[in-house]
Amino acid sequence: MPGKIQSIERAAAILRLLSGRTHRLGVVDLAGELGLPKGTVHGLLRTLQSVGFVEQDSETGKYQLGAALLHMGSSYLDGNELRTRALNWSDSLASRTQEAVRIGTLHEAQVLIVHHVFRPDDSLQTLDVGSLLPAHATALGKILLAHHPYVAVELAKDRLASFTGATICDAEHLERELARVRERGWASDIGELTPAQVSLAAPIMDRTGVTVGAMGIFGPPERLLAARQPRNELLAYVREAARAVSRELGAIPW
Amino acid sequence: MRERYVAAIDQGTASSRCLVFDRSGRIVSVAQKEHHHIYPRPGWVEHDPEEIWRNVEEVVARALADARLEPVDLVALGIANQRETTLVWDRETGQAVHNAITWQDTRTDPIARDLISEFGQEYFRSRSGLPPSTYFSGPKLRWLLDTVPGLGTRAESGEVLFGTMDSWLIWRLTGRHLTDVTNASRTLLMNVHTLDWDDELLAAVRVPRAMLPEIRPSAEVYGEARGQLAGVPVAAALGDQQAALFGQTCFSPGDAKCTYGTGSFLLLNTGERPVMSSSGLLTTLACRIGEEPPTYALEGSIAVTGALVQWFRDNLELIGSAPEIETLARTVENNGGCYFVPAFSGLFAPHWRSDARGVIAGLTGYITKGHLARAVLEATAWQTREVVDAMIIDAGVSLSTLRVDGGMTANNLLMQFLADVLDVSVVRPNVAETVSLGAAYAAGLAVGFWPDTDALRANWHMAAQWLPDMDADQRDRGYRKWRKAVARTTDWLDEDDD
Repeated sequence: MPGKIQSIERAAAILRLLSGRTHRLGVVDLAGELGLPKGTVHGLLRTLQSVGFVEQDSETGKYQLGAALLHMGSSYLDGNELRTRALNWSDSLASRTQEAVRIGTLHEAQVLIVHHVFRPDDSLQTLDVGSLLPAHATALGKILLAHHPYVAVELAKDRLASFTGATICDAEHLERELARVRERGWASDIGELTPAQVSLAAPIMDRTGVTVGAMGIFGPPERLLAARQPRNELLAYVREAARAVSRELGAIPW
Repeated sequence: MRERYVAAIDQGTASSRCLVFDRSGRIVSVAQKEHHHIYPRPGWVEHDPEEIWRNVEEVVARALADARLEPVDLVALGIANQRETTLVWDRETGQAVHNAITWQDTRTDPIARDLISEFGQEYFRSRSGLPPSTYFSGPKLRWLLDTVPGLGTRAESGEVLFGTMDSWLIWRLTGRHLTDVTNASRTLLMNVHTLDWDDELLAAVRVPRAMLPEIRPSAEVYGEARGQLAGVPVAAALGDQQAALFGQTCFSPGDAKCTYGTGSFLLLNTGERPVMSSSGLLTTLACRIGEEPPTYALEGSIAVTGALVQWFRDNLELIGSAPEIETLARTVENNGGCYFVPAFSGLFAPHWRSDARGVIAGLTGYITKGHLARAVLEATAWQTREVVDAMIIDAGVSLSTLRVDGGMTANNLLMQFLADVLDVSVVRPNVAETVSLGAAYAAGLAVGFWPDTDALRANWHMAAQWLPDMDADQRDRGYRKWRKAVARTTDWLDEDDD
């Protein structure tokens, strides 16, 4: 077979060896198993490490599969894990904004609510965890669609359901809106799912830069809007909280 | 006018932390540093008190710097601490004579057993509210007096001083030698009725009074800090679980909280009188604000809760991280008839059977790892139910709400199941840092930053609530099976087992 690249074959062999072990392997172990010079194996490992496919244990110097690779395999973060990691930041977002907080992930082109913190006013509220929301009509959903364009394309092939007069039902309109969301780094829904309900959201990224979730607040327009636009200080809190969770997941600060 | 704040030091088992809170109880700043655990022999666990002091100084400096605050911005400092961990230091030099012996350390097992055989459990329970055990400070102090050369004599003359971690920090901060009632109530040496060191208990454990700190209220200005916090009133100290009870604003009789971590601690406020337990729960001080009457609590500790999830992750390797247990548990509708009693080192409250060992009961060919994951989570809820039942009998109160905190409260499946089997509403507060918050609240009360406990109650906000949604018949059948599983754990250990 022409065009086979030897170093890719060797890199694949290293990954296969590392994936088959419950313990980490050192350069010497790998070189021995592959029958290759240590220097060659070391070079391959360095490259694999630079793209996040392997990780080196700082104490023993041994190698294991990297988080980036694991992500490509599953391409998803466990929602319960996300909630656990986001717990403190979502509490403090609710307390700073005095609004309810939700975190959502993509689930078959819908938003799955994985975490919900009550608005801190002790009014009667019900946990929304586990419920599904339409992606094109919520701030959480727009964040997730904006960063997973292939899902947005699939979604727009069917008719986009209308919930209020403000719902975006036109595919081109949605595309423009998602481009704006990507550019600004935040999303809003102003009465697009429920009249007199506003939601704001920002992306949660993992260490590979993949948007694994969206985090935001929701409440009535009189509290969330000023001059029909999202209040700047609330947007700042939402974006700051989402960045904090991203950092918690190992994302590079931006 | 500049905004003012309250700082809290949480000197915990794993790390020392400093948190700064504003008047509405919101976190302004957090700094944390872990310290080393020293394991000289199997079962022995020590901490280096100098390392802990250095870490405390560092986290205080960092917490202030992060929020751009000066000591003058702080109205008070409160302390919450790992309980029972025991230290002796030289009054003159201020140097510890030995590493701190932590609460987990089991070297004093023979001392505790001797105390029981010589005096009987009731001798200690009726006076201190506690049975002799390796957990409490008294036996650890006895061990130090027996082991460190010349320490007994120096203790008699008051040349060396005893303290738990609150005392150590207050000594370093203010130069005063004192402890608060909640920490003193974990020594086995304080009389829970008089709130003073008990001569008969001191004689039984053979501890000289001259080395003991003065017992003070939990909220009171102990003195002004020196050093980097110069001028800040040190105004509260509470054991960490009591601090969590306070941070959850459980100020009224019948209020209860449970902190879910590796193990779990359920404390029920029983009001101004100590309730002696007939079911093996501990009688302890909840807090004492200034010269007000003290508040008491019943405490039930559950040894293995989060630890069982960790065991499931590390020893069975069926999940990669602790939160994934919820994902796995949700792959099935119910436990499939499977019950897991994690009596890894015996059964604790309310059974107290050291001859018991863990059991997975109800196994059939139908059981999958999903069912096992359910059984693991349900074990935490059923164990809570047993402790709550014992408390209701002892205290004669009913529970309407359980306030929860700690890492496992992120697990929705568990929290819902807990509400189902307790048949009460389970609520999680907005500020998860209840230990530090409790210490800050107590310190703020002492200096008048908050006028009264009602002002603190107004700061408490619900972040989540789980309402019971299980019919009584299903709950009763589940509990019956759980108790049958518990019954199958006992009488396992034999005389000749290693």
